[in-house]
Amino acid sequence: MIENAPIRRLIAHLVLVLGILVVAFPIYYTFVASTHTLQTILRPPLPLLPGKEFFTNYWQALFGGIGRIGGVGVDRLLLNTTIVALAVAVGKICISILSAYAIVFFKFPFRMTAFWLIFITLMLPVEVRILPTYKVMVDLGLIDTYTGLTLPLMASATATLLFRQFFLTIPGELVEAARVDGAGPWRFFKDILLPLSRTNIAALFVILFIYGWTQYLWPLLVTNDNQMNTIVIALRKMISFADADTEWHLVMVTCVLAILPPILVVVLMQRWFVKGLVESEK
Amino acid sequence: MSPRVTFPNKVLPYLLLAPQLAITLVFFYWPASQALYQSMLREDPFGLSTKFVWFQNFAKVLRDPNYLNSLNVTLIFAVATAVISMGVALVLAVMADRVVRGRGVYRTLLIWPYAVAPAIAGMLWLFMFNPTMGSFAYILRATGYNWDPLLNGNQAMVLLVSAAAWKQISYNFLFFVAGLQAIPKSLIEAAAIDGAGPTKRFWTIVFPLLAPTTFFLLVINTVYAFFDTFGIVHAVTGGGPGKATETLVYKVYSDGFVNLILGDSAAQSVILMVIVIALTAVQFRYVERRVHYG
Repeated sequence: MIENAPIRRLIAHLVLVLGILVVAFPIYYTFVASTHTLQTILRPPLPLLPGKEFFTNYWQALFGGIGRIGGVGVDRLLLNTTIVALAVAVGKICISILSAYAIVFFKFPFRMTAFWLIFITLMLPVEVRILPTYKVMVDLGLIDTYTGLTLPLMASATATLLFRQFFLTIPGELVEAARVDGAGPWRFFKDILLPLSRTNIAALFVILFIYGWTQYLWPLLVTNDNQMNTIVIALRKMISFADADTEWHLVMVTCVLAILPPILVVVLMQRWFVKGLVESEK
Repeated sequence: MSPRVTFPNKVLPYLLLAPQLAITLVFFYWPASQALYQSMLREDPFGLSTKFVWFQNFAKVLRDPNYLNSLNVTLIFAVATAVISMGVALVLAVMADRVVRGRGVYRTLLIWPYAVAPAIAGMLWLFMFNPTMGSFAYILRATGYNWDPLLNGNQAMVLLVSAAAWKQISYNFLFFVAGLQAIPKSLIEAAAIDGAGPTKRFWTIVFPLLAPTTFFLLVINTVYAFFDTFGIVHAVTGGGPGKATETLVYKVYSDGFVNLILGDSAAQSVILMVIVIALTAVQFRYVERRVHYG
């Protein structure tokens, strides 16, 4: 700070607080709604403070025994989403670190071809090849399977580029020293490269976990069976404004449960998250 | 760059690359090539025969008023989303740069929406603003405003833009904060010594030096608004009312997947592909050296 201007600083604080109110309010509103009875929710405006139904609603949504959407409980939805998010994050990291390793530390014919093949997938998101990809999934019998939900998402140009970028900063002397000491490629990868990549892996993991958790178009395409829904898709099926029977208090609980895990990951692993975000977007 | 030290293995690198390449070939290149091929085919309504029609599908799509409408909708949506979320994020980042105490707390509280799926972001805003039970819809109506996003196209668009921009604030905020921190303090101090006040300093030094960050975010936000907001549209409006919020990606989905007009849908896919390629090229060509100071 150059000028010592308490008033300007006060204004800055006020603007930030206002910003936080706007940014956090939709989430808070949903949380508040999830702690009221159905009747309270249906009679707007909603009170600004949480109601007394917190335990009742959450208990009923989690263990109520009544499947909300075609006989599927929230636990199953959370399990599906967790599997998808973890598999996508771990899969992407494994696959890309191996590719980047091959591209940076080996010389072989078609090395650059391989690199470009991976790079160009950046320009082919699901959105531009919806139907043919769906057909591939049907032909391979991958509809309504965890493999179908996760495997096609595991290719990652971004992660490969990030690891490549990082590997290029590793001095050649390190590789030479390892080779002189008799370390083969596997040994070098396991004992030197992996430990050095730890922070990058952690940072990427946070970003990719969120990516997997928030998928929408893909699970929508490749699941028909309600048992295989992710929680985001299930929520979409639950909300129907024309339907008077929608149990809004339970929808709100489901909504809170759907956004809580990724929010926790982002907030608790904030340092990795910010690093991953800034570095993976180069 | 100096020649890298490498391992002499001949087969191993192919094995290492195999999983990634297999996935890209089966799930990316093959379907993309199919989309290209189908975009030049036309099927008769009963699916009995197909014929190769070269670029007729494209001509048909680009003349289709519904497609042009959807292009228009997407552009309005993208510009509004990018401008609003970047504007809000910039103000918040500048303020966060100004405060000394509590910066970490503010950041923690501002990054939540990043973790919310776009579709759920849409639902959260729909909860607050839907005419049957939304508190804000209730307040708007109590003040005499005729609010019904389920019937009024412009209001539906406002709702979508709010949700999409809201979700993107965190992302833009973090990048603007990083951009602000990369500006050398000595420049700002020099300007202050020369008598430039805070406002003048912002517009003559900070804002121009943020240009690379701003440009980068503009590209990223455009990509986001074009492609990642399918969930918001699908969950909140389903492209309606009428076709007031039918974005390009939503139209590809509904034409191909719901209405099964294959040729048109494939042609639209290819047009989208061209848009992504252009945006990615811009991103890598002009944005690569984003942080050229600090």
